[in-house]
Amino acid sequence: MTSNQFWMIWPGNPMASALILFFIAMPLLYAARKLAHDLFRSIGHVIGGPLRLGARWLFLTAKEMKERNKAVLLAHGREEVGQHIEREFERIGAMVTRDLEGYPALQRKLLEEITRVEEDYKKCGEVPPPPPEWVEAVTAISKVKSEGNEMVQRILEEIKRSVESIHAKALAEYRRAYESRHKILNGFMPFWRSLDKTFGQVDKKLTGLQDTSSKIDAQMEKYEQINKKTDKAEHALTVSAFTQFAIATLVLLIATGGAVVNFRLIAVPFSEMVGAGDYITSSLRMSDVAALVIIFLETTMGLFVMETLRITHLFPVISNMNERMRRRMFWAALTFLVVFAGIEAALALMRDMIVADKEALRQSLAASQAVAPDPLLRMIPTTAQMVLGFFLPFALAFVAVPLESFIYSLRTVGGALVVMLVRVTGFVLRILGNIVRYFFKVLTVTYDLTIALPLLIERLVKVARSGADDEARESRPVKRAA
Amino acid sequence: MKGAIMIKRLLLASLLALSASTCTDQRSHSKAVYMLIDTSGTYAQEVGKAQRIINYLLGTLESGDSLAVARVKTRSFSEKDIIAKATFDSRPSQANAQKRAFRDKIDAFVKTVGGSAYTDITGGLIQGGMWLNETGAGTKTILIFSDMQEELDKVTIRDFPINLKNIRVVALNVVKLKTDNIDPRRYMGRLEAWQKRVEQAGASEWILINDIERLDSMLKS
Repeated sequence: MTSNQFWMIWPGNPMASALILFFIAMPLLYAARKLAHDLFRSIGHVIGGPLRLGARWLFLTAKEMKERNKAVLLAHGREEVGQHIEREFERIGAMVTRDLEGYPALQRKLLEEITRVEEDYKKCGEVPPPPPEWVEAVTAISKVKSEGNEMVQRILEEIKRSVESIHAKALAEYRRAYESRHKILNGFMPFWRSLDKTFGQVDKKLTGLQDTSSKIDAQMEKYEQINKKTDKAEHALTVSAFTQFAIATLVLLIATGGAVVNFRLIAVPFSEMVGAGDYITSSLRMSDVAALVIIFLETTMGLFVMETLRITHLFPVISNMNERMRRRMFWAALTFLVVFAGIEAALALMRDMIVADKEALRQSLAASQAVAPDPLLRMIPTTAQMVLGFFLPFALAFVAVPLESFIYSLRTVGGALVVMLVRVTGFVLRILGNIVRYFFKVLTVTYDLTIALPLLIERLVKVARSGADDEARESRPVKRAA
Repeated sequence: MKGAIMIKRLLLASLLALSASTCTDQRSHSKAVYMLIDTSGTYAQEVGKAQRIINYLLGTLESGDSLAVARVKTRSFSEKDIIAKATFDSRPSQANAQKRAFRDKIDAFVKTVGGSAYTDITGGLIQGGMWLNETGAGTKTILIFSDMQEELDKVTIRDFPINLKNIRVVALNVVKLKTDNIDPRRYMGRLEAWQKRVEQAGASEWILINDIERLDSMLKS
């Protein structure tokens, strides 16, 4: 008999053996029914209870975290919008100072021009020619009857000649007057143009002011929404943080590419300086670490330059410095950056020399005829490497801007992800708790199923007993009555 | 003021990181190769091939690695048989200069090489093992450029256990002799005998490379 057949009452027939064992065990199982039910219930509570408790705690924690995240997000948003409004007010202030400061002068100029135009207009008003007094005289003379009187005829002819000459004179005078008026009107043109231009300027400035005011209105509305802690404001800020996070991550990845190029430029010359045979781990050379340290230092200096220029606000200590100290720090960081850039340019040249030497050795070892490169072709990559080596540290300095966005948006994005993770964990725990609970319920029912036969007997006995009791109860009043 | 202190601290940290290089491990990551060149009999004609392998090794080995080339002749257990040896400087420019000097020594040897009467491979292996252990390199390799036919004179004693613990032994360009062509079992038997001897000596690996192209992948591993 093998060790796994020891339980077989009927050797070689596991089915029959199992059945026999089952029937033997059935009374015992029936006897232990209540205990077994209690045990299953207890185990279900022991395992399922903490799981459900843990799930509830996690949901509560997630809720608290969400509230905290919301508070942080709104505070950050409030600060950001506040800064934005502040900047817009500064812009308006500058605009008002720049444009409206000269407004009295502009107004004076406008009034002067208007007065001048008015005066000129008055000057060019049409003056009707004075009524000729001689018309009445001519009318009276024309009534004189000449009747062939020669003297009268002569007088009339004389009068006609005089009238014609006077008429010509008056006409010439009239035309001259009109000519001078036209000249005055022509002289209006520059004033009109100037007036038009001045009014255009005023209009443009006022429109700009209006635009900025409407921007401030929009920001103020946003600010109010944030102050009221509305869901709309929270949603808008969250979306904005996610967008910022994505953009900052992308830019940081590009910057990492730049840092890798930078590293490639200086890693080889660093092996010349600190040795290529020293290792920190199995694959990490000391020279590589030194090159990385230099790149990190350059980035840090760039960060300080950006901080001292108040482009970024990662270090409150720097932004709270007094103006003099801040300027000193700016120059110090910039000097370090320039020195590092110079060192990198030199290292890039050194790298080119080392690589060329190694290549020459390889060619000599391979016994192949080395072709002398064109000096110009050789000079271009060398110069390019040096220029890259010099400018890459400055380019890396701008990493501070996306880094700041990344750090600030990381709080929101990370917070949202942690809340989601906590909720998912809570959900899983809750499901597990329920599974355990229902599993032990199923186990209880299954237990009863295995002892279905004794339970059936029990029920029959109970029914029989209750029938006998009923009969006894029914017979008692009869006896009493009897 | 605090910002300036911060800059100072950063610079100090970077200097400390740089100075830490002096405390790092140099030996365990370096490679050491000891190459034995058989110059006995007709095999001396193959020395041109050996020169190409040495040049390849010079191009492959890096700063901090060690290389020695020794000849196998009547009795090879001697430092005098080492033609050239070098542990390459940690500075790449210096290492390149050392490699050039090494190559010149090998070129001079190839021009003046003469055949020896007997072939003491075992003596060369013992000498190589000792030299490799002295270097303290992480990866130690003996390259045997030979037909693996050992021939000793009557007074030379080499039938005793040798120690090649943690050393990889590579047999290169093991050409077939005339007698091998008559009965290939002699060739197989010779190689098996060497493998057994090398493994008994505690070598980490026994490799046979007749195609020189495969040497590249072997050295990289």
